[in-house]
Amino acid sequence: MLLSMNWLKALVPYAYDPHRYIADMTMSGSKVETLQYLGSEIEKVVVGRVDAMERHPDSDHLWVCMVDIGCEEKLQIITGAQNLKVGDIVPVALDQSRLPGGVEIHKGKLRGLESNGMLCSYQELGLTEHDVPGACEHGILTLNDDPDAVLGRDIREVLGFDDWVVDFEITPNRPDCLSIIGLARESAVTYGLRYVPETPKVRGGAGRIEDVLKVRVDEPALCPRYTARVVKNVHIEPSPKWMRDRLRACGVRPINNIVDITNYVMLEYGQPMHSFDYACLDGGEIVVRRALEGEQMQTLDEKPHNLDTDMLVIADSHRAVGVAGVMGGANSEITDATRMVVFESANFDATSIRLTSRRLGMRTEASGRFEKGLDTRNTLAAVERACELIEMLGAGEVCDGIIDIDNADSTPRVLTLDVARINRFLGVEVSREEMLHIFDLLGFELNGDLLTVPSWRLDVEQFVDLAEEVARFHGYDKIPTTLYAGATRFTPNAAVDFDDRLREILCALGYTEAQTFSFIGPKSFDRIRLAPDSPLRHTARLRNPLSDEMSVMRTTMLPSILDVAARNANMKNKNARIYELGSIYTPVEGERLPKESKVLTIAAYGSVDFFAVKGIVEALAMELGMDRLEFSACRDNPSYHPGRCARISVNGDELGVMGQIHPLVAQNYNTSAEIYTVELDVPALFAHKGGLTQYKPLAKFPAVSRDIALVCAESVTAAQLESCIRAGVGTLLESVELFDVYRSEQIGEGRKSMAYTITMRDPTRTLTDADADAAVSRALALLEKDTGAVLRA
Amino acid sequence: MSMKEELGRIQKEALEAIASAATDVELDAVRIRYSGKKGALTAILKSMGKLSPEERPVMGQLANEVRAKIDSALETRFAELKARALDRRLAAETLDVTMPGKAVQPGHRHPLTTTIADVRRVFETMGFETVEGPEVELTHYNFDLLNTSPNHPARDPQDTFYFEDDIVLRTQTSSVQGRVMETRQPPIRIIAPGRVYRSDDLDATHSPLFHQIEGMLIDRDVRMSDLKGYLEVFAQAIFGQETRVRFRPHHFPFTEPSAEMDVSCFVCGGKGCPLCKGEGWIEILGCGMVHTNVLSACGIDPEKYTGFAFGMGVERIAMLRYKIDEMRQFYDNDLRFLSQFN
Repeated sequence: MLLSMNWLKALVPYAYDPHRYIADMTMSGSKVETLQYLGSEIEKVVVGRVDAMERHPDSDHLWVCMVDIGCEEKLQIITGAQNLKVGDIVPVALDQSRLPGGVEIHKGKLRGLESNGMLCSYQELGLTEHDVPGACEHGILTLNDDPDAVLGRDIREVLGFDDWVVDFEITPNRPDCLSIIGLARESAVTYGLRYVPETPKVRGGAGRIEDVLKVRVDEPALCPRYTARVVKNVHIEPSPKWMRDRLRACGVRPINNIVDITNYVMLEYGQPMHSFDYACLDGGEIVVRRALEGEQMQTLDEKPHNLDTDMLVIADSHRAVGVAGVMGGANSEITDATRMVVFESANFDATSIRLTSRRLGMRTEASGRFEKGLDTRNTLAAVERACELIEMLGAGEVCDGIIDIDNADSTPRVLTLDVARINRFLGVEVSREEMLHIFDLLGFELNGDLLTVPSWRLDVEQFVDLAEEVARFHGYDKIPTTLYAGATRFTPNAAVDFDDRLREILCALGYTEAQTFSFIGPKSFDRIRLAPDSPLRHTARLRNPLSDEMSVMRTTMLPSILDVAARNANMKNKNARIYELGSIYTPVEGERLPKESKVLTIAAYGSVDFFAVKGIVEALAMELGMDRLEFSACRDNPSYHPGRCARISVNGDELGVMGQIHPLVAQNYNTSAEIYTVELDVPALFAHKGGLTQYKPLAKFPAVSRDIALVCAESVTAAQLESCIRAGVGTLLESVELFDVYRSEQIGEGRKSMAYTITMRDPTRTLTDADADAAVSRALALLEKDTGAVLRA
Repeated sequence: MSMKEELGRIQKEALEAIASAATDVELDAVRIRYSGKKGALTAILKSMGKLSPEERPVMGQLANEVRAKIDSALETRFAELKARALDRRLAAETLDVTMPGKAVQPGHRHPLTTTIADVRRVFETMGFETVEGPEVELTHYNFDLLNTSPNHPARDPQDTFYFEDDIVLRTQTSSVQGRVMETRQPPIRIIAPGRVYRSDDLDATHSPLFHQIEGMLIDRDVRMSDLKGYLEVFAQAIFGQETRVRFRPHHFPFTEPSAEMDVSCFVCGGKGCPLCKGEGWIEILGCGMVHTNVLSACGIDPEKYTGFAFGMGVERIAMLRYKIDEMRQFYDNDLRFLSQFN
């Protein structure tokens, strides 16, 4: 909502410094978006008079003018305009002046003759033909009839540019502030002043309205109030300059006196108005009804619309002449030929206007106000003001009488002021007198402790709303700062703490955290080669996504982390070790909302291989105090290299999967990097994490170790060998560690040598060589029996 | 040569040999030659029997004196040589300490999760429990319980992502308020960090997905002054102890009275600079007293309990703290960006 400070000052006489003003309004609850001086782009442009002019000796179109700008010395200025005559009053841009668009004017020579500035057209001053009706389109703006145009005067004062405009962000609860009067009231109370708008006075006298107009409201629920007046003998002409200046400052384009009056009243009262050309109202009748099935209408912006029965229209006896509260029809538009006008000042149901406006794709100043819910008490004053302006401007003759169909519930709301409770709630000590004073200035009627809420304050419904008014005008900054003294029972959230623990560990392990979007495109599932019937393709799908690539909630984080890895690879980041701890969203049969569960996804490329990443997973598990992880070859995950993928589990429970990304998947992400990823189910990690560490006494007896090199078939896995060693050595085993893998001709094709260090210890005594050898022998026997592995010769 | 002369000669030769020994091996040879079991002194002491009883104690004493002198000289010389050897070794081991260290690549936490953790810590120390709620959420929790009318513009599909008429991607972590209040009675102190969604294209200052932290305290006789107090503690913990806060009246459907909180600009201290656009204040969060309609809808008696709630944008706070000028950096995941944070 734009507010002209000049307009405000006319209502609330207060010496506002604009910057101070916006600071004060901000603190009383009217948020300011911007503050702008209208003439900020114009500098050193003054009013002058052409005292003499003659043809430039070296040009067939230039004129040499002598211009009086109210100083002794006349200025010689050369112009190419052809519309001037001696005596014309014109805007003169002086040497070193500035014009809108960053234009700078300097004195100089034009074909040998000195020119000390420039005479300006209205376009050069940032105006349009609407701002200066009748001005010459291709020539210098003349101000001959303007009494303000005193020689030498700053042109900003003459053209209405000497004004500050404040752009307020009006919150949806305060539609009353979408008006000059509403903002004037807020401004006044902010400074402890009272503002009461004047009641408009209309002379009338042009016959009775009943003789010319009938109004019928068929849908009182959608149109709680319809107020109308009629004006005869209308002369369509431009509205006066003061009105055009105010409209322009508030962002409204002047058109003609009738349309300008309706816009002016809408700005002033916040009540949207409409004017119909009476001659176009068939049957002299207005009917407020639902649109008919298949009804069509062209609005003022010349767009045709198909209406439906959910939409409210203003109609004459046989056709729609306006979409109620949104826009009038082209068929009843005010034209230069209009001689009789009907002013409509009505109240429409907010929801109905909102739905209609949305369905037609039209948001107008009027619909934007109606859809917030307006004061039904306002229609009468607004139509009266419009008629008062008609008489003030001499734009027509107003008929006696008002048609006012009022079905609105206008019972005022009455609330009880509980001073103690407000003070207790805010933590302040404001006196009863101060509170009453605030409500009085705000327009509440006071009767002891009973407060009658003014009709325009639809937002004030209960105790807390009263408390807010006290807080706003007493001052938020005067509320002290305290800390609540109640008892606290702090409960840590173990799951959220666990997430942070995972982040700390991964950070320590050299992995960097990423954050990716939770929605992905269905094509991502093709990129990671999911089978067409994969359950992961069953997703929660957005109805109104920004794009196809952000249209479904991810059921796997693999595409997200691959995007990050591939993007970094393509940005020439040589090594990447990244992870994301995020959510996946899995639809569940019979549940309204998908199941949201956390997944830890790790990706790495560059100076890593499968076992480096596996080591990270094992280190993570160790840091979490988990039991030993089990890895088993996984050959059927379509996203992974079939020979380099492992299922990860602990104590038989699956934790996730890891491996090298399938080359075809990497290709789908346009990268040739060997990317390794890990996907771990966070709740499963949480379930298997160790508890608080329980100290084990340090070993008192020495350990004995034995190195053995085993020769076995390539198909025998390390896990198989290790499991035989564990079983064979039994409880004496402290650790078993693979330290060498060796292949050679001597060992033979399809065979390998695997060398282990076996460390054994008995916690109760010193282990003898014989004990150790016996244990290793048991292991060797088992190895040979189960895997065919034998000691290397 | 008398025995006395002989002792004098041994002493002289031994002391000379000790002084000229250059290594501990050489010195040990000297020790063996003069002071060892088969050394010169031992040999001469063995001939003491040939002396007269009068001469014997005199010569014995003299011989002991010579031995003591030689042993002491040996000891001193050993120590000297050891010290010299150590000096040589240390000199040989000298490094150019200005050569680069061996690179270790630490990981980096995302600035958003660091910010969330920092804010959590502040509120947890004040007894606020962290809770989480679903991101795919019923409008019941995202709007209805929060006193947001069916016509409220926030519900518009231009702003909110919809799955069904009553299922959305939550637009605010305030949705957690209802989920908490429905399941427990006051005293309630919670903070709820998480992802929220609005239908905005990704650009320098917008993202369709961002993070918020919601907070709420409900108990008997909680005052608006308490809201100011807790948030001042928060602001000073996150932006520095000298930070001042300012509360401006505002409007949210689910709080009344409502406010926006600004902090004094932590770059210029309030004098005005490019970060605060010359205003000296930076908007940080929205807050207010939990609306009585919200309390009632969630089954908490507003006559008995009051409370406050607040919600802040994590990206905004992170951008201010780390001077990040592009919202999209958070989601581009360029390691050159991420590895700047610790």
